[in-house]
Amino acid sequence: MRLGLVIDMDTCVGCHACAVACKQWNTSGTTGALTDYRPYGEDPSGVWFNRIRHYEVGDYPNNKTVNIPMSCMHCQHADCVNVCPTGASYKRPEDGIVLVDQDKCMGCNYCAWACPYGARELDREDGVMKKCTLCVDRIYDEQLPPEERQPACVITCPAHARFFGDFDDQDSEVSRLVRERGGVKQMPELGYKPVNTYLPPRITRPIPTDDVRANKLVTSVKDWVNKMVAR
Amino acid sequence: MHPAFSVILFTVISGAGYGLFILLAAFHLAGIGPAMSHGELLAHGLVSLGMITLGLMLSTGHLANKKNAWRSFMRFKTSWLSREAVFAVLFYPFAGIYGLGVLLQGSAIGPLPAMAGAIAAVLAVITLFSTGMIYGCLKTIRQWNTALTPANYIMLGIATGTTLFAAIAAVFGNATTLHAGVAIVALLAAALLKGIYYFWISRVNGPTINTATTFNRATVRLLDTGHTAGTFLTDEFGYDPRKDTIDNIKMGVFLLGFIAPVLVFGSILSGAPAGIAWLAAVSSLVGIGMERWLFFAEAKHVVRLYHGAQTCTDSLAEPSRVGPEVAADARRGDAPRAELGDTPGGSGS
Repeated sequence: MRLGLVIDMDTCVGCHACAVACKQWNTSGTTGALTDYRPYGEDPSGVWFNRIRHYEVGDYPNNKTVNIPMSCMHCQHADCVNVCPTGASYKRPEDGIVLVDQDKCMGCNYCAWACPYGARELDREDGVMKKCTLCVDRIYDEQLPPEERQPACVITCPAHARFFGDFDDQDSEVSRLVRERGGVKQMPELGYKPVNTYLPPRITRPIPTDDVRANKLVTSVKDWVNKMVAR
Repeated sequence: MHPAFSVILFTVISGAGYGLFILLAAFHLAGIGPAMSHGELLAHGLVSLGMITLGLMLSTGHLANKKNAWRSFMRFKTSWLSREAVFAVLFYPFAGIYGLGVLLQGSAIGPLPAMAGAIAAVLAVITLFSTGMIYGCLKTIRQWNTALTPANYIMLGIATGTTLFAAIAAVFGNATTLHAGVAIVALLAAALLKGIYYFWISRVNGPTINTATTFNRATVRLLDTGHTAGTFLTDEFGYDPRKDTIDNIKMGVFLLGFIAPVLVFGSILSGAPAGIAWLAAVSSLVGIGMERWLFFAEAKHVVRLYHGAQTCTDSLAEPSRVGPEVAADARRGDAPRAELGDTPGGSGS
């Protein structure tokens, strides 16, 4: 098995719900608290397994906002595991999930240096490295109904931009999406072979907008109503 | 990279210690240079072992969870950090047998301690190499991902070792022109290698914001990092020293690290008292300390591409290089929308 995520950059609206759901589930999960520093201070910071960044792609007027959620890619060639001197970082042979054994970690940061995707964050309170577990404490939980045995970020996504599955299974939803939508990997040139795959924005025909605001009676009335309602 | 003070001190101090031991073993075991007294041999050995041990203890300073430091010997098979730890510890018994031989038998040691000393010297070189490879093996930091990195660590360790070796020999009135000559050659070789490194990293290339975000056929600009305060990533990898700070420190590296020590040894060769070798030793240690700071400060991790850097050498503080020419493209407005996607045929459902 090669478990991982497919993230659709076409439908992701950048709402950060996946990051919040991740934090909520995992802060009380098996990898312990995702510590917050100065949570009520001026510059609150803390440990997150999932971060969403926002980019402008292309040049005006042919530009587009693209939101890119990033968590551990559970790479096939995970250098973070290779460089770990203690053996705390490991990749499970059965499903490819990369995990940190917090009882063994000495907090040297070396794995974070080896990760090109910024997936690992040191918890300064606990002194150990923390990272996405692909909700390993959830996806195998037989107490949960089958449809809930998915990572928290996938279940919560309101835009249905996240998919979880086995990339080794050619018939899985993730494999099919990657095939049909031309899934892409981040920084493939480094050779980490990340499992998580991103779906590029669909190619859409530009919708002409020049004539939309023609001064018709209907639009004038609509504008007036909108103004009144806003007041 | 954020320069961790404990790692700078560790690599400089224990690097010089290993360099001193290599010089001691080479001069003593190969019979190069003047015969050394019992006291001088012990002084070289004790200073080098003291510096190595002090450095190794300081190296645990940057660990967030020190109680697990002993586990760093566990992954010898894959991790250069683990290999460094193993070789650094393996060095001690061999150096100890050699030291015991010197302590009991003086300069004319038997074959067993001599063999142990030679093995310890080789392990010292291997440890320096492993330290360099800790950084050199990282594909995520293009400035480090070069054979020059371990070469620098070995040569800088040996160069600082030669200055200490000459300085300690001077205390025992045993410093010769050979000591000064070897120091000059080692310092110049180290300076040349470091110069090549600085030349190389000014031209390094690798991943860009395009390959990082998968949009290889369009301009990509960061709109928002999604967080209001700093994160672990920005603290660790967002370090951006000013250009003139880098230039000043680099000047210091060459002046204090190489030029001043070479001048000191040059004046010793032309008749100045050998005792001023201490000036060279202190100067080179300070200069190499600056070099080590710069080694971290100039290294730029590829995760910075997700935080707005356009290339793997870009400073985050600098304005993005997409400036006027992009605006001109925008005015032309002829970029087809199909350029948004990386792969063709993204029809989807």
